[in-house]
Amino acid sequence: MQNWPKATLHVVTGKGGTGKTTIAAALAIALAKDGHRTMLMEVEGRQGIAQLFDTPPLPYEERKIAVAPGGGEVWALAVDTEDALLDYLEMFYKLRRAGSALSKMGAVDFATTIAPGLRDVLLTGKACEVVKRKEKKQENAYDYVILDAPPTGRITRFLNVNGEVSGLAKVGPIKSHADSVMSVIASEQTAIHLVTLLEEMPVQETLDGVTDLEVNGLPVGGIFVNMTRPPQLDATQRSMAIAGQLPKSEIENEISQSGLMATPQLIDALLTEASDHAERVDLEITEFERLTQRGLPIFVLPLLPSGIDLGGLYELAALMTASGIGEE
Amino acid sequence: MTLDIDAILTNPDKHIIVCTGSGGVGKTTTAAALGLRAAELGRNVCVLTIDPARRLAQAMGLTELDNTPRAVAGISNGSLSAMMLDMKRTFDEVVESHSDPERAEKILSNPFYQALSSSFAGTQEYMAMEKLGQLRAQSQWDLIIVDTPPSRNALDFLDAPARLGSFLDGRLIRIITAPARGAGRGIGRIAALGFGIFTNVLSKLLGAQVLADVGNFVADIDTTFGGFRERADATYALLKDSGTEFIVVAAPERDALREAAYFVERLNQDSMPLGGLILNRVQEVPETGLTQDQVLAAAQKLTAEGEGQLTSALLELHAQRMEIKERQKHLAMRFTAAHPNVSVQPIPALAQDVHDLAGLREIGEALANQGITW
Repeated sequence: MQNWPKATLHVVTGKGGTGKTTIAAALAIALAKDGHRTMLMEVEGRQGIAQLFDTPPLPYEERKIAVAPGGGEVWALAVDTEDALLDYLEMFYKLRRAGSALSKMGAVDFATTIAPGLRDVLLTGKACEVVKRKEKKQENAYDYVILDAPPTGRITRFLNVNGEVSGLAKVGPIKSHADSVMSVIASEQTAIHLVTLLEEMPVQETLDGVTDLEVNGLPVGGIFVNMTRPPQLDATQRSMAIAGQLPKSEIENEISQSGLMATPQLIDALLTEASDHAERVDLEITEFERLTQRGLPIFVLPLLPSGIDLGGLYELAALMTASGIGEE
Repeated sequence: MTLDIDAILTNPDKHIIVCTGSGGVGKTTTAAALGLRAAELGRNVCVLTIDPARRLAQAMGLTELDNTPRAVAGISNGSLSAMMLDMKRTFDEVVESHSDPERAEKILSNPFYQALSSSFAGTQEYMAMEKLGQLRAQSQWDLIIVDTPPSRNALDFLDAPARLGSFLDGRLIRIITAPARGAGRGIGRIAALGFGIFTNVLSKLLGAQVLADVGNFVADIDTTFGGFRERADATYALLKDSGTEFIVVAAPERDALREAAYFVERLNQDSMPLGGLILNRVQEVPETGLTQDQVLAAAQKLTAEGEGQLTSALLELHAQRMEIKERQKHLAMRFTAAHPNVSVQPIPALAQDVHDLAGLREIGEALANQGITW
């Protein structure tokens, strides 16, 4: 891929309400284009992927949920802490049966509650395990793993597992597990993308998030600007609209020419909407400029007036492809 | 059914308003706007925010938000104070006020306590409730408006404190941190399953030091603090009181409305007082008597004739907005069909973010405007 040539793990974060899961899903489709296999993972138990793809709730099991143009496949997995811990116990201690007994007693809950860092290592660890299959040339490998991650406010803590477990075990298997997770996450194998809207608060949070990630040595990928409304008016028209100087009689004539009645309600509606739209577009331009100052690749995606359904995901994926995502 | 927010804000029997909903729907701004409006209707209000954007704090003229209510200047009639929750500080204060200085020092320096008070799931919710209880106990305010933490789901605000409380008071934590005591008595199932493996695996996973820290914490806190669960239950009771009103905030999006529906169902189930649903950021479209198809056809006619670029753009803009409005209304109607008794107040999308009290006042007016037709 052109922008992040070595990234296999694509982590997607964003402020609540910005469409983080939607972007992760569209990215999984875009990257699966032309015969690739991608894995879309979620870790917060929200079942957001199932809702988006309109499938029954995902179990802790890799499932094919969509195909991509050119014979690609999108797989999905909802990672559950409890199962991830059992996997871990099995892998390092051959303790699956004892693990199941422990989990029935609530011990898994207990352990992840008294040590929240443990949960994050297990979740990110699962993502890294899937990523590493490719290197190991395993049959169940994926070309790209897309992680629908926790929101911007929690992302650095979530990914920076080394810092999180340092209070736990200074040596031993959890520590080495965390080290191996970090060797993937803090490398060019990973790209962390932030989803935002062109509004003041989400843009500020995105900029703060980028700084936070960079300070902690985590690789920032790109910024996905979601739900933009393409400007219908050019700059001159916008300033006229805000100043209330759009040529009213000309518009009235053209309305009549278009076959509609130039009623005062219609003309007023159009002028009010024009000024509202212009104000909004100008604000978006200001916010967009603040984003560009970070020098990161920016991908702009439109608000789909009909809302997000499966078709909408493919539409967004096609736009991502058109802007160079998935190019090799 | 529309929501009569002024009737709630001016009702002298209402002392707590909880604003809840999923992240990114404008909860904090709504809480601040409700606070300002209530104050200007004569109440003495304190707004407890969890994580306000800098701009919103500035809008209320606040330079510091430091776990203490600060008075907002420029309010007529009543009064308005605002504060931001500092969960660690709130927890520290609880510890300090319930133990002698020596023991408090021991607890505060315990690594497990430090993790618990700064990064635990549920601590923010627990401390928000704790702070709410404290503010309510002071007689300075007759209305407290709480903004809820940006949890993974809105129900966490109700459940997380009790969950954390039960955990800290729980059997497991005691058995694991005091193995000798636990193993000495008949601990049934756990003993049968092999208590050895249990602690063994945990100390492998977590390290022996962590378990020791947890043990010390439990021992220190036990003698002074009383039950965590009991404390959480006490504030929960406050929320069930008839002096409390819940306001659910949502945006006309599928996910936000689904969260809102979960919350409404839960409030019903627990017989908690629900004021209504505030639907932020709705697309308003002035009524012109035309359908979307008519408007689009007109725009296309102009484009085809190669004329009227401006007018055709305006018509397309109008049609786009009609489509967005239709979709939003459809989503809102589905919510109303499932919850016919919940009053819904639509709030038009603002072109700009809120920068000052005037902006908040404007939102307050929209919140109270019974004439918004949408």
